[in-house]
Amino acid sequence: MHVDLTMLEWARAQFAMTALFHFFFVPFTLGMSFIVAFFETIYVKTGKQEWKEITQFWQLIFGINFALGLSTGIIHEFEFGTNWSTYSWVVGDLFGAPLAVEGIVAFFMEATFAAISFFGWKRVSKGVHLASTWLLAIGSNLSALWILIANGFMQHPSNEFGFFNIDTSRLEMTNFWALITQPVAQVKFLHVVSAGYTLASIFVLGISSLYLLKGKHVEFAKKSATVAAAFGLISSIFVAVIGDEHAYEVANTQPTKIASAEGLYVGERGAPIVAFGIPKNLKATEVTSNDEGFVFKIELPKMLSLLGKRDPNAFVPGLRDLVNGNSEYGIWPLSKLAAVGKEAKNDLLKYHEAKKAGDTAAMEAAKADFYKVIWEDPKTGIKLTKADLIGYGYFANPNIDPNLIYPPVPPVFYAFHIMVALGFWFILLFILAYVSIMKGTFVENRLVQKLAVISVPLPWIATSFGWMTAEIGRQPWTVFGVLPTAESVTPIALQNVQATFFMFLTAFVILGIAELKILFTVVKNGPKGAH
Amino acid sequence: MTWAPITVDATHFYLQVYFWIIVAVLGGLFLLMTFVQGGQTLFHTSKTEMEERAILNSLGRKWELTFTTLVLFGGALYAAFPLFYSVSFGGAYWVWMLILFAFVLQAVSYEYMNKPNNLIGKGAYKFFLYFNGVVGMVLIGAAVGTFFTGSNFTYDPVTRVLEWGTAKDGFNLRGLEAAIDFKHGAWFNLAMGVLVFAAARILGALWLINDIDNNEFPELIERLRGVVKRCFVILLVALLVVLYGLLTLKGYAYDIHDPTGKVYLEPGKYLHNLLSFGAIPLILFLAGLVLFVWGVFVTAFKGSNKGIWFSGLGIVLIGIIVFVIAGLFGTPFYPSYADLQSSLTIQNSSGSKYTLEVMAWVSVAVPFVLGYIIWVWYQMKKQGPITREEIQDPESHAY
Repeated sequence: MHVDLTMLEWARAQFAMTALFHFFFVPFTLGMSFIVAFFETIYVKTGKQEWKEITQFWQLIFGINFALGLSTGIIHEFEFGTNWSTYSWVVGDLFGAPLAVEGIVAFFMEATFAAISFFGWKRVSKGVHLASTWLLAIGSNLSALWILIANGFMQHPSNEFGFFNIDTSRLEMTNFWALITQPVAQVKFLHVVSAGYTLASIFVLGISSLYLLKGKHVEFAKKSATVAAAFGLISSIFVAVIGDEHAYEVANTQPTKIASAEGLYVGERGAPIVAFGIPKNLKATEVTSNDEGFVFKIELPKMLSLLGKRDPNAFVPGLRDLVNGNSEYGIWPLSKLAAVGKEAKNDLLKYHEAKKAGDTAAMEAAKADFYKVIWEDPKTGIKLTKADLIGYGYFANPNIDPNLIYPPVPPVFYAFHIMVALGFWFILLFILAYVSIMKGTFVENRLVQKLAVISVPLPWIATSFGWMTAEIGRQPWTVFGVLPTAESVTPIALQNVQATFFMFLTAFVILGIAELKILFTVVKNGPKGAH
Repeated sequence: MTWAPITVDATHFYLQVYFWIIVAVLGGLFLLMTFVQGGQTLFHTSKTEMEERAILNSLGRKWELTFTTLVLFGGALYAAFPLFYSVSFGGAYWVWMLILFAFVLQAVSYEYMNKPNNLIGKGAYKFFLYFNGVVGMVLIGAAVGTFFTGSNFTYDPVTRVLEWGTAKDGFNLRGLEAAIDFKHGAWFNLAMGVLVFAAARILGALWLINDIDNNEFPELIERLRGVVKRCFVILLVALLVVLYGLLTLKGYAYDIHDPTGKVYLEPGKYLHNLLSFGAIPLILFLAGLVLFVWGVFVTAFKGSNKGIWFSGLGIVLIGIIVFVIAGLFGTPFYPSYADLQSSLTIQNSSGSKYTLEVMAWVSVAVPFVLGYIIWVWYQMKKQGPITREEIQDPESHAY
């Protein structure tokens, strides 16, 4: 298929824009839904009006964000069809199923119980209202689970749950249970939702601290900060722990992503983590040592091997190994992968030509070639067929730069490192706040309060950069190793994509500013008469 | 180009039928939920701020229903008929983008309209709700119209090349030609759009009459009864055009037992479909019409506020039958007038048998979902209609 590369970049930009905008609201609402449920639980248990006020104030803020999060979510679902129609057809069998399940079992629950939670204060009993608030929180988080199962498949398509069907020329599902229990998706889900809890906790802690610094709503702020600090401390530690597990999964399933995130051009035994550095955007095929890849760096020895392989002396492949190959470690060069992929594409065409001609023998021969086992892991018995490498066939053109097989290093490196650094800062902040609260000195501790206020925007930066690490880091694939991004896009005139890009950009800018202005007004007015 | 159905496996075929019926049910329910969009075009019937807020709060507590049904409709189509998702959304690009745009603006408008410091003022958000109610409904109606009149595309399943706008005498407006290409049934599509819009407006008025306290807002309720009468006349005209089209247009057809899946034109195809299975589709369609009209009649002329339940059930039945005759009984549900053999049928555009089996198990959850939605509606409505006191209550999350 001929693809207009400028259009492809616009389509990518449009998806990135809508995804990022959507992602400003989703993690926040995931966390806030539980925080609101905690406050309401305390209200129902104690029966004290002040807890109801606290619940309603944070629920109002939740509602403002919930509306925008929910409404921008619909764009994603339909953008897969409008801008990524080839992707939708090729992987719809695997990707569409979790999306549909999300709609049936999670999205409806979330939206339906939101009605009672928001409007039912006077219309239903306390118990029914509390149950609805919890079901809203559970529904929101279940939504995230199904979406991340779908995303997990894009990050790590596995023979355990799907295969390329020669008859239909598309990926098809073989094991739903394996799809939903895939480790990549599960750790990703836990990492994302716990990041959402951390984000919401910092917001509540920060706004509460702001009130304390101004000497306003002191009792409200103390109570809110206590719940936020406890929830945030647990969440932020969990984010780091599960983030480590997530990185381990990525290192073993998407080696180009972890190598780009660490600026590792040349594979090493006992590979270090770059704690701080300024990477260069070089061609991996031309790099001879890792020092060339950085203007400046500070390293933690052996840590990348430990993180990625759970062995401080293990070999971690660099980008050069992944492009040129490394026979010592059994890594195939791109040229070999592409050659096999091209053969698979030819087998596919032969099969369909034979089918059209009604030549059964030729069909069977092409099919046998297509599914021929070309490698088998002696330890696990996992087999690799030509069909598994069909995606690499798109890179068989000698005019294609082999360095396009991995993502650009600087954006992935910076996004990953800033996310991790902020993650550690959040743990420290919550420790300071929690200890201060436990000691009973938080109301006077202006330093921690100021740190909390300054930190309010930081988790949005961390979650956005986390998303960028995952999605830019997956390039040049939409489905890693199977379907290239350039082959996934809708063949459409550039002007259409540009026009819709600006259409949504305008809407997002206006709605984003409106949301911030309303939010600031609500925060300024405080909890009294929140509704 | 002729291409065979994906499978002749009987179980796979029955699953394809099952999922088309689910799509039809979702389509019918979606039409019911459009009372929200229809109601959004009725703000001008309020003459005081309190009347306007009564409308806003009545609809605002239900806005998510159309939205979530649309999301589920999209998700179900993606999982069950991914080729349709790919061809229609990627092909009729502008239609879907504008529908999306209309729905993104809707959700925010309720939450932000009456909030202080909302940047663009109350009027802008009200305009967004009108835009969603008018443009969204007409476009969705017109898009459904193309299920009968066809679209302007060719598709090769092996090379996966989709071309939109390949007819020599056609247009290439990425879907918008459905509203201006009269040689290929734009009049029918537009009539369908107007029909959906008018039905949504009637349902919106019926809902508001039912949900707002009739004693506290008697003048508003009377004006809404007037809307029901006037919109019913528009609906009747549009309905006659649509029925004329269904009876006279050549329908797209294929033989479900033909392994080549060859598509051809058949006069009176949709009437034949209505008369299939012992005329059960026709009976249900007429039952739907009678219920819908009864709901309108008792509200407009008998002073009842229960019309929404009759008309609502009626529109669900009508919607189900419209989708059923568009996709079952050997009918391509997404026909191509540029190349008949590129037309999409439930057989050549569906997911794999395994995926449909899995999704069939998941669909067992649907009655539970419907169950708790009804329970939530009941809980929210059992305290009676929306009153001034509730809207003005500082502790309520009123819009």
